[in-house]
Amino acid sequence: MGDPLVFGILAIVAIVAALMMVTSRNAVHSALWLVLNFATIAVFYVVLNAPFIAMVQITVYAGAIMVLFLFVIMLLGAEQLRGTGVSSRGERFHQAVAALLGVMLITAVTLALMNREGAGGGTAVPTMPITSPQELGLILFETYVFPFEVTGVLLLAAIIGVAIFTLRKKRGTAV
Amino acid sequence: MTATIDWYVALSAILFTIGALGVLLRRSAIIVFMCIELMLNSANLLFVAFARSLGDLHGQVLVFFVIVVAAAEVAVGLALIVTIFRTKRSINIDEINLLKG
Repeated sequence: MGDPLVFGILAIVAIVAALMMVTSRNAVHSALWLVLNFATIAVFYVVLNAPFIAMVQITVYAGAIMVLFLFVIMLLGAEQLRGTGVSSRGERFHQAVAALLGVMLITAVTLALMNREGAGGGTAVPTMPITSPQELGLILFETYVFPFEVTGVLLLAAIIGVAIFTLRKKRGTAV
Repeated sequence: MTATIDWYVALSAILFTIGALGVLLRRSAIIVFMCIELMLNSANLLFVAFARSLGDLHGQVLVFFVIVVAAAEVAVGLALIVTIFRTKRSINIDEINLLKG
């Protein structure tokens, strides 16, 4: 499942990009760091024999979704909004509590996943050919036809919802 | 020696925690949304890693559904942010407290 060197380099890039995304003051910088993180994850997918998912990741996530984010950031002029005007009372306390909860979360997640059934012993990784889009499509349209159609309804609902939210209401007309 | 599934599990847990900390610590609604995307991505990475580890393609198909739901969520969420910004002139989630008792 990948060379340790490749994994190490990619993991470092992904973690540093994620940290920079969270700590960056400028929202545009945050978005660009997140794009780097998504690209790194896409390379992980290639390493894991899933090149089609990698391409979908690049086009949908790094392409469409992040462009949407950047558009909204620039539309609102929200690049430098510090997220805070006056430092609210008890802010330090909140941050300390959040950090504590985060440490507890990563501890719990790591312990739960490391102690799962069959952890550590599973060195026998089955050989798996590189997934072709054809195989994925067959599974998608044979086993998961109904969920696939439900996603269509979900996307339609999202489109209608967004249109209703962002329609500029003319004065005097009920919407 | 090769990277095992446990390495991916650890990386995914780290990325998920960074995302969760971002949700807890940042107060710009847009950044909070980006952190949620990061958490979804760490779950996707784990899906694909386990699909590879178990030799089962169904994990890869599930990633598609996660991506679709994330796309819909981002569209609706950003529309909400734009609407809130229009009325309140702010996207600081501490100032969006109309429902506070």
